Amino acid sequence: MSVPSAMTSTSSYPSQAHTLKMQAQESINMSLYASRKRTNLIGLFLSMSAMTIGLVFLLWILAILFFKGFSAFSLDLFLNKTPGPDSENGGLGNAIIGSLMIVVSCTLISTPIGVMAGIYLSEYGQKSKFSEITRFLNDIMLSAPSIVIGLFVYALVVVNVRHFSGWAGTLALTLIAIPVVVRTTENMLSLVPVSLREAAFALGAPKWKVSLTIVLKAAQSGVMTGVLLALARVSGETAPLLFTALNNPFFSFDMNAPMANLPVVIFQFAMSPYQNWVDLAWGGALLITLSVLGLNIFARTFFKEKVSV
Amino acid sequence: MNTSPANVSAAYAQKIRAQYLQDFGFEKLTMIFAATTLVALLGIIISLFISAWPALKQFGIPFFYTVEWDIINSEFGGLIAIFGTVVTATIAIVIAVPLSFGIAVFLTETCPMRLRRPLGTAIELLAAVPSIIYGMFGLFVFAPIFAEYIQPAIAGTLGQLPVIGQLFTGAFNGIGILAAGLILAMMILPFIASVMRDVFEIVPPILKESAYGLGCTTWEVVTHIVLPYTKGGVVGGVMLGLGRALGETMAVTFVIGNAHKISSSLFSPGNSIASTLANEFGEAEPGLHYSSLFALGLALFLITFVVLSLAKWMLIRAENKKGFKT
Repeated sequence: MSVPSAMTSTSSYPSQAHTLKMQAQESINMSLYASRKRTNLIGLFLSMSAMTIGLVFLLWILAILFFKGFSAFSLDLFLNKTPGPDSENGGLGNAIIGSLMIVVSCTLISTPIGVMAGIYLSEYGQKSKFSEITRFLNDIMLSAPSIVIGLFVYALVVVNVRHFSGWAGTLALTLIAIPVVVRTTENMLSLVPVSLREAAFALGAPKWKVSLTIVLKAAQSGVMTGVLLALARVSGETAPLLFTALNNPFFSFDMNAPMANLPVVIFQFAMSPYQNWVDLAWGGALLITLSVLGLNIFARTFFKEKVSV
Repeated sequence: MNTSPANVSAAYAQKIRAQYLQDFGFEKLTMIFAATTLVALLGIIISLFISAWPALKQFGIPFFYTVEWDIINSEFGGLIAIFGTVVTATIAIVIAVPLSFGIAVFLTETCPMRLRRPLGTAIELLAAVPSIIYGMFGLFVFAPIFAEYIQPAIAGTLGQLPVIGQLFTGAFNGIGILAAGLILAMMILPFIASVMRDVFEIVPPILKESAYGLGCTTWEVVTHIVLPYTKGGVVGGVMLGLGRALGETMAVTFVIGNAHKISSSLFSPGNSIASTLANEFGEAEPGLHYSSLFALGLALFLITFVVLSLAKWMLIRAENKKGFKT
């Protein structure tokens, strides 16, 4: 931003030559000023266009989902099992139930593990080498490729018990959910004021009691947000379920057997040449997106309310 | 009840000891849970390596740079899949980075205060949309439009240029490497944008205000003050997006075309590591094919591990800047 100074001449007599020089300088300044202004306008315009592209894309996806998926919404979608190719009255009932069972058990397992790990990182091992490494690797696991986690669970569980199962799917999703819960729990616990802990210590409470009944309690809503976000994250995951829970064309409540679930059914149906399957896939896609986005919005507003109190 | 001082203090000591034990037990318990991530990560690397070993032993290091993928004759090499992964991720980064930068600049500098939160949330929602939805959107909605309008337009302009024209030739299928890269770009856009926004917000206001006070325009403040101050964090965010793009499965599998070949044109179908796994793993027989797929998985995991570690390291360094007084 080298704005050339207009005051280059020190002469106090405004000679003819000097005035001309001033005028030339002025016009240079004006053109520099104009070009800086132009760059600024172009830059800001492009940045606004980028924002518009992002928003348009979100709205476009949502509009397409509603447009294509809404026609598949009916009572059948929730009650009937997945149909054969080109047959009438199919639904996604078994997949919805399977997904719910897998995701709920995943949440029940990953929440205590993640919260306890978060308590350790925030209350006990703030600066220790072990927790530094754990924190680092936890953040890497946050964005590790989910299909590799599916491969891992396949090699670990499916190969050894020799069949696909709902539990294997649950394990794969749990490994994805835990890092999310750990991260948010630790962040939320570290926001709790130290004076609250000190007050409890001064009353003679042991550290574990302080952690569980004071700090965790104070950060309750934040931790809940983390759990909900993890839930939202795993409900849409497809790749890790491909080789673990697989699919099942029938209603099944047996977690120890292959289990239908929405993401895998959507994947198989969307890639198929049968129109009724593709339609159902759009219905399932709308259902899953609405639940995931709903959970996200709920978690964020829920948390925002609590934090302002 | 006996309340002699000696008994009281003995009972008290016992209670203290019990509390000490409880505390010790609780600390170790939470530590074990904290160790689960470590164990899982080590377990992933070890189990992938064990399952991939037959293929690695058979083909050795050349596995990673040979193109053979012949299921019938059991000849396997990972280059096509690795190539597809790297190229799609690169396209995604090239497109997503300027867009994310624009979004972050808009959200931190020009956006009216009232709109910042809702628009920020909208971008975060874009990140929350499950990847399979991006895949379906890409295959059913984006690919036809891409083949009908965008591919001919690109072939007519960029395709006419002497050297890079090679990249934009071939049939207008809609699906292929370029389409997969574009869908990936849209997927990682919100991740990069939110990291950039977060690091832009740590720039001390006094720095920006001084620049404005000297007469800088908003754009000059962004490029000369904000960007140099946050470059570590920005690069970290980009690497984070790259890590995501490399490992993404569903969005890519739908649109990449799943053809096992390398072509000089970006319009032609290809394969990435993740899409090969998603398509072939279900049908693989135990043996070389199976362990070759594990070897690909191992390669993917190690590549993303390195990229994400770099990202994390840069973000930590950027975070530490927060404490500085300037």
